[in-house]
Amino acid sequence: MSKNNSIGVFAKTLPQNIFSGFVVSLIALPLCLGLALASEAPPIAGVISAICGGMVVALFGGSSLTITGPGNGLVIVLLGAITVLGEGDPLQGYYFTLAAIIFSGVLLFLFGLFRLGALSEFFPASALQGMLAAIGIGILAKQFHVMLGITSVSGSTLAQLSAFPESVQQLRTLTAEQLLAPVIGVASFVFLFLYARIRNPLFHLIPAPMWVVVATIALSYYYELILQQPQPLDPALLIQLPSDLIQSLPSPNFSKITQLDFWGVVLSITLIASIESLLSIKAVDKLDPLKRRSNNNKDLRALGLASIVSGFLGGLNVVTVIARSSVNVNNGGTNRSANFFHAFFLVLFVLLFGPQIQRIPLPALAAILVYTGYKLATPENLLRIYRIGKEQALIFAVTLGVTLYTNLISGIGAGILATFLVHLFLTKGLGLFSRNLLKPNVLMYQEQESKTYFVSVKHFCTFLNFYRLKAKLDEIPQNEHAIVDFSLSDFVDHTVMEGLNDYRDSFSRKDGNFEIIGLDVHESVAAHPFSVRRFNPVPNILRLGDNFTKRQDSLRELALDLGWQYNPQVDQKSNGIDRFLFFKTRQFNFSSNRLTSPKKTFSFFDLSFSEGIFITKEDLNSSFLLIDSPLPLPVFVLDRESFLTPLYQLTGIEDLNFEAFPDFSKRFFLSGEDKKAIKAFFTKEVVFFFESHPIYHVESNGKKILIKGRDRSASVSEIKALLSFAREFYLILEKQGD
Amino acid sequence: MVFRKVLIGFAFSPNLKANIFEAARLALQFDAEIIFLHVGEKTTQKEQEFEQLLASLPKGPKKQSVVWKVGSPNDVIVATCEKEKVDLLLLGALKRENMLRYYLGSIARKVTRKAPCSVLLMLHPSVERIPCQHMVVNGFDSPHTQHTVEKAYEVAQALKTQKITLVEEINRSEIKIAVSDDRSLRQATLRKQKLNRQEERRVQDILKEIPETKKQGIKTQSQSIFGRRGYSIGHYARLMRADLLVMNAQEESRFWHRLFPKDLEHILNELPTNVLIIAPEPHE
Repeated sequence: MSKNNSIGVFAKTLPQNIFSGFVVSLIALPLCLGLALASEAPPIAGVISAICGGMVVALFGGSSLTITGPGNGLVIVLLGAITVLGEGDPLQGYYFTLAAIIFSGVLLFLFGLFRLGALSEFFPASALQGMLAAIGIGILAKQFHVMLGITSVSGSTLAQLSAFPESVQQLRTLTAEQLLAPVIGVASFVFLFLYARIRNPLFHLIPAPMWVVVATIALSYYYELILQQPQPLDPALLIQLPSDLIQSLPSPNFSKITQLDFWGVVLSITLIASIESLLSIKAVDKLDPLKRRSNNNKDLRALGLASIVSGFLGGLNVVTVIARSSVNVNNGGTNRSANFFHAFFLVLFVLLFGPQIQRIPLPALAAILVYTGYKLATPENLLRIYRIGKEQALIFAVTLGVTLYTNLISGIGAGILATFLVHLFLTKGLGLFSRNLLKPNVLMYQEQESKTYFVSVKHFCTFLNFYRLKAKLDEIPQNEHAIVDFSLSDFVDHTVMEGLNDYRDSFSRKDGNFEIIGLDVHESVAAHPFSVRRFNPVPNILRLGDNFTKRQDSLRELALDLGWQYNPQVDQKSNGIDRFLFFKTRQFNFSSNRLTSPKKTFSFFDLSFSEGIFITKEDLNSSFLLIDSPLPLPVFVLDRESFLTPLYQLTGIEDLNFEAFPDFSKRFFLSGEDKKAIKAFFTKEVVFFFESHPIYHVESNGKKILIKGRDRSASVSEIKALLSFAREFYLILEKQGD
Repeated sequence: MVFRKVLIGFAFSPNLKANIFEAARLALQFDAEIIFLHVGEKTTQKEQEFEQLLASLPKGPKKQSVVWKVGSPNDVIVATCEKEKVDLLLLGALKRENMLRYYLGSIARKVTRKAPCSVLLMLHPSVERIPCQHMVVNGFDSPHTQHTVEKAYEVAQALKTQKITLVEEINRSEIKIAVSDDRSLRQATLRKQKLNRQEERRVQDILKEIPETKKQGIKTQSQSIFGRRGYSIGHYARLMRADLLVMNAQEESRFWHRLFPKDLEHILNELPTNVLIIAPEPHE
C-alpha cells in the first residue's frame, strides 16, 4: 500500500473512528471512575490513565483496535499496593503506588523491548482462569457493600464476602431517605443484567454503564430542579473531583524504593498488567474484521511508556482492556485513532462536565463493578472448565483459593505448581518431563511437493514447552495449510489444546487450513475437545467413541454430509484386510474410525499395524479405503515406482511394464501373477486415470480394491481427496463392466 | 569398495545371534572383511559356543577373524580399530524395558566418541534381513558433507536402498527476523524461501559431484527443515521412519575425536533409527 493511499484510507475512515472513539469514551468514563474508586485511588486517576493510554498507545502501539486504560485485573493489585504501602493512609499509599506504577511501566517497556511478551505463555490456562475469577470475586466482594450504600466495610476479600449478610441486614434499619442509595445501586445492577435483553439498536448506541451514569445524574437534577430539594445522597457517596485539575496533580513518592514491599508491588503490577494486556490483545485480534496480527511486543512497549507518563500525572497503570476494545470493534473503529479519540473525548468530558460527573452516586458505579466482577467470576466459567476435566477444575480451584487467601502472585504460583503436579500424576512420574523438557521437541518443515507446513511434536507438549510450538506456528502464514502431528508425543495438556484451537480459528479466518492429527489413539480424560490427552501403550484404553477428537468430529460430519455411516470404535478383527499383499510383511493391529457408504461399496478406515519381524512393535497408523469391485479383477499391486520395489522383489514379484504406455510404466510399479489379465485390465482409460491422479498404493485381491493414503493418518482434506479418487475409479470400473 | 574392514564387538548376551548375523550380512553386502572382537576371558566353552554360531551363518563374508582380548572394553575396541585399520565399527543399541525407546550403553557411547573410523549404531539387529528402504542423509553446510553424501550413496548401492532424502537444517537464527506482526511475517517468509533456495542449490551442487554410477536406481529427494541442528534431523528421520540416518562425524577433522559435536550428542541421546556416522576423509 502506498503512503498516499494509506493516508487516503486514514482520512476516509476518520469519521467512523471518531464516532467509535466517542462511543468508547461513553463506556470508558464510568469504568475509569469506578475502577479507580475500587482501587481506593482518587476517581480522576482512572480517567488520567485512560487519557495517557489513549494518547501514547495510539502513537506507539502495535495493534489496531485495542483500547487502553485502567484494567479490571489491576484493581486488586493496586488496592493491595495502596493498602500495604500506605500503611493505613490511602492517600500516602496512592503516592507510593504512583512510583511503583512508573517502575512497572519501565519494566513493561523492557518486557516489550526484549520480546518477553511470551512470558505470559507459561501460565496454564486453567490457572489463569482461576486467577481471573479471583480478581472478579475480589472486585465483587468489595463493591457489593458500596452498591448497598455502605462504604465502611474493609479487610480481606474473604472478610468482605462474609460480611454480605450483615450489609443486607443493615438495609432494614435504614430510613426511606437513606434507602435511596441502595435502591440506585440495585436498580443499576438489575438494569445492567437486563441491558442485553433489550433489543433496540438506538438504545444500544449508548453503552449500559453510560445509561446508568446518565440516569443517576438526571435523578440528582430531578431532585434539585423539579422537587426543589437538596441533593438527597450523603456527599460521601458521590464522586469528588479536584476543583483545579492541573494544579492538583499529585506527585509520586519515591521514598520507598529501597524497600522489598515496594518491589513486590512493582512486580505484581507488571505481571498482571502484561497478562491482562496480552490476553486482551489476543482476544481483540480475533475480532478484527481486517484480520490483522497485532505486534504484542510493540504494544507492551507503548503500554509501558503510557504507564510511566500516567504514573507521573497521577494516573493508574495503562493496560489493554477487552470490554472497551470490543465496543470499539462493534462501533466501526478501524485503527488506533479510535483509541486516541476515546482519550480526547474523555478530556472533553472532564473539562466540560466536571460538575455533572460529581453528581454520579457511588452505588451506581459500584453496581457497574459488581457486574464486571460477576462477569469475571461467572460460575459458567467453572462449569466450562469442569467439563474439560476434573483435574482442570482442581487447578482452577487451587488458584482461586490461594489467591483469595494470600495474594495474586502466590495464587498464580500455586496454580502453576498444581498444574505440574496434576501432570505428574497423569503421566505417572517425572521422567517424561525431566528427560525432555529442554529438548527442542518441535520439528517444522514445508513438504516439498504439497507445500504444506508439517509440524511434528515429540515427547510431550504442555504449558512448560508450548512456547516452542507457538514460535513455530507463528511463523506459518495463516492462509496456508498446516498440519500438527502429535503421534510422537505422549502427553498433551489442556493449555496446548486450547491454544491450538485459537490457531485453528485464526487459520480458518484467514482462509488457511489448520489440522491436528495423531491424537486419535491418545486417551482423553474427559469428553471435551480441549481435554488433556495422553498416550497409553496399553491397548484396552482405546475407548474411543465417547471422547471424540476434533478429527473424529470432522469425520462424523463428513459421514453425515455423505450420508455414510461412521463408526469410531476400535475393531480388532481384520475382516480379511490382512490378506492383501501390503500386509505380507506387516502385522494388522486394529482398525478404527470406519466410514461406510450405504451399500457398503466403499469403506474408509484408519488402520494400526506394526512393521518388521524382529523389530519392536512399532505401531503405525495409515488411512485406507476399501472398494467392492463391480467386476472381477486380476490380482495386482500398483504403487509409485521404486519405492516398495525391494519388498515385492523379496516375494518374487517383478515390475510389469507396458510398451504402449512408457510414461506410466516409468512412474508406476505394477505387479501381479496373471500378466495377461492385468494387461487386459489396464486399458488406455485406466492408465490415463492413474496418470492424471495423485499416486496411491492401490491393490486388488480379485474382489476388492485397497487404496492406501500416506504413511500417517489422513487429514480430513486428504480423506476427501482419497474418496473422490476412489469414486472416479469406481465409475471407470463400472464402465468396463458394461 | 565402501568399507574394507568391519569390526563388531560381541558379548554373550541374548542378542548375540542377531548381532552376529546382522554384522556378517552387512560385511557381505559391503564385500568387506570382518573382525569379531570379544573383550573378556577366553574360555573353551565361550569359544565353542561362538564357533557354533559362526558355523550356522548362511553365507560368511570373504574373510573373517575372531579376536579375544582382555581389558577395558572401550579402550580395547578403539585400540583394535586403530591397529587393524578398521573403517567401520558396528555397535548395537539397547532397548529400554517396556519402552519404545532405544539408548546407547555407556560403553557404546564412549566408543562412538573416540572411534577413529565410521560407526554404525544398530537399533534392532536381526537374524533375518530387513531391507533398508529409505535413508536420510545430512546435507549440512560443512566441508565433510560432500564425503558423507558420497559414502551414503555407496552404502545405499550396497544395501540396495531405494530412496535417499538429503536433509538441510536451516537454523532459525539465520532467519534473523522475529515474527511479531503481518509485516515481519511476510519478511520472514520471504527470507525463509530465499534460504531454502540457497540450501537447495548447495545440495544440488553436492549431488552433481557424485558420479552417476553411484546414484543409479536411487530416488533422491531433498528437504529443508527448520530447527536445532543435529536434533531436528533425528526427529525428521523418526517421523519419516527412515531405516538409516547418515551423519557427518565432526566439523574440525583434526580434533574430531576430541571435540564431539553437540549435534551428534542429541542423536545419541535418543536414537531415532539406525545411525551411520561417517568419519571424515582421511588426509593422506
